[in-house]
Amino acid sequence: MLDDAKPPQTRPLVAVDNLKMHFPIYGGLLRRRTGEVKAVDGISFDIFEGETLGLVGESGCGKSTVGRALLRLYELTDGTVKIDDYDIAHASPEALRKMRPTMQMIFQDPQASLNPRMTVADIIGEPLREHDAGSKLEREDRVLELMDQVGLNRDFANRYPHEFSGGQRQRIGIARALALNPKFIVCDEPIAALDVSIQAQVVNLLEELQDSLGLTYLFISHDLSMVRHIADRVAVMYLGRIVELAPREDIYAEPLHPYTIALLSAVPEPDPSIDAKVERVILTGDVPSPSNPPEGCNFCTRCPSVMDVCRRVEPTFQELRPGRYVACHLFEDTANNTSESAANGAG
Amino acid sequence: MPDGALPVLDVRDLKTVFKTRSGEVHAVNSVTFDVKPGELLGVVGESGSGKSVTMMSLIGLLPSPPADVKDGQVLFDGQDLLKINPNDLRHVRGGEIGFVFQDPMTSLNPVFNVGFQITEPLRIHMGMNKKQARARAVELLELVGIPDAARRLKDFPHQFSGGMRQRVMIAIALACDPKVLIADEPTTALDVTIQAQIIELIKELREKLGMAIIWITHDLGVIAGIADRVMVMYGGQVVEQAPVRELFGNPQHPYTRALLQTIPSVRGARAEKLNVIEGQPPILGAAPEACPFRDRCPNRFERCDRENPLRRPVGAAGHDAACHYDFTTGGPHAG
Repeated sequence: MLDDAKPPQTRPLVAVDNLKMHFPIYGGLLRRRTGEVKAVDGISFDIFEGETLGLVGESGCGKSTVGRALLRLYELTDGTVKIDDYDIAHASPEALRKMRPTMQMIFQDPQASLNPRMTVADIIGEPLREHDAGSKLEREDRVLELMDQVGLNRDFANRYPHEFSGGQRQRIGIARALALNPKFIVCDEPIAALDVSIQAQVVNLLEELQDSLGLTYLFISHDLSMVRHIADRVAVMYLGRIVELAPREDIYAEPLHPYTIALLSAVPEPDPSIDAKVERVILTGDVPSPSNPPEGCNFCTRCPSVMDVCRRVEPTFQELRPGRYVACHLFEDTANNTSESAANGAG
Repeated sequence: MPDGALPVLDVRDLKTVFKTRSGEVHAVNSVTFDVKPGELLGVVGESGSGKSVTMMSLIGLLPSPPADVKDGQVLFDGQDLLKINPNDLRHVRGGEIGFVFQDPMTSLNPVFNVGFQITEPLRIHMGMNKKQARARAVELLELVGIPDAARRLKDFPHQFSGGMRQRVMIAIALACDPKVLIADEPTTALDVTIQAQIIELIKELREKLGMAIIWITHDLGVIAGIADRVMVMYGGQVVEQAPVRELFGNPQHPYTRALLQTIPSVRGARAEKLNVIEGQPPILGAAPEACPFRDRCPNRFERCDRENPLRRPVGAAGHDAACHYDFTTGGPHAG
């Protein structure tokens, strides 16, 4: 694992700058554009080579949209996404197609993302066929090699997805993603549909593959305990924005943003002796609609430490300490060295 | 948890079989448990372990055929729910035994407003008239923390958020003051911050109303925080049962032990590598003649292949496990 050995000065493999993804809403008799859902609203981050960036948040916060936008499965509203120093956000379709082998995706639901009428060998071999990788024989060898790599029995190459269990199906999806030797893989909730005892198997497989192949992951999940296990750095999203981004140990030991604090405290604790000591921050209310986000800070409607300024001004996403980014007015005051009285006075 | 009180629900030797084209599937095998008044019993297991089917069998919610509740007793209020006639069972179900399901969107009827769905059990089970039922419905929505309750009665399920819908479900389940509330994965479809709200709500309601709760989940974290007692299911049977702290502190079944080691936590020390339970859960078929966990068990020995272990007392009081292996001596159980 890359834990302590994580080299801090590796170059960013993925560089995202001011990414925006707005989806139009059409309404009325003439189906005119009546508004937009700001699924992702101006986020910036880097993913370094060989690391796993965990992207966490509740449903509807835009984390899956980020994953898809990074691979340009959507046409971006604004911003740039550079993978390997190549701007894929504005690449032509031909150029993009040449880039595809380097960036792959593992989906949440292995049932829905595998074609039920194709055999396992066909599914895993399809990217190879698409991108003209080798002769038929070479491709067949490669498929079997991939099946070994992800722990699937070679004898099952001619079976269909429904003959496999959920965990095994996810292995098929992983093998398919690995077929073209990608550098970067977006894992979109890869374990959410699996049973607890199977989740650990898949997470360990992903970690082993990362070590042996030098992969870079964006690991999207709502399971904060699994992200703590697999990620090197963690980004927390709320309503289309990243509210906090920090190295794993820092964010779990000392979360800064009030949302991160509440989110972490809400995670149930499987050890009753620790559970008794957990101080829970129970947030009131629900996440606002992304088509009509509140003015100022997105989180101001539920924030336990909300101030006046939060309802007017949007906080900037800034580097508070090396490697620790947070978007919150509580920290802007101290960072600007104005005075702490603003925070205290309003709090 | 009141000790020594008579159980409000007492299930003995429950067996449920599904008849399918490819033969019988024994989904529930001799499940025995009870719940005492005011107690919260957590039921943990993976998908296919039989936890939901057990609960649905005991209040006759399974369609038959294909399901067949073959054997056993379900003692509730001095009567055997498996023997009473369907009409009487209807009065128990939704009346004295309330039910909350996993997905509030699919278990609420989308074409009726929420008010109708809450007042329905009140009119049927409690014989209230419209006005009384409406007043009680407002009271219930306020109880489960829905703001502006009187106005929201007119709203339809799609106008509520996921967390609010689950609160409506809870209100319906509580409508007739049940003695037992069965909650089947009530927070699984919800986000963590909303899950925390619902857990707090259930804790509060339990103190206020004093009913017994059976909480089915696959999430050991949720169980650790709320349950008095925990029952672990695997392959259609109960493999271990103990008071919550005893179960987490001193697990005595290899499956429970392995399960506790596979789940990471956001707190405490972080494991370098996750422990894994190798293999797959069993595919249920004929009645098991050997231990269902044996293929994945690190403590397996010859007896496990020929005899399905019965639950036997282990560890502290109220703790039992179905395993031939004795972790205190590090060898097979005597006898």
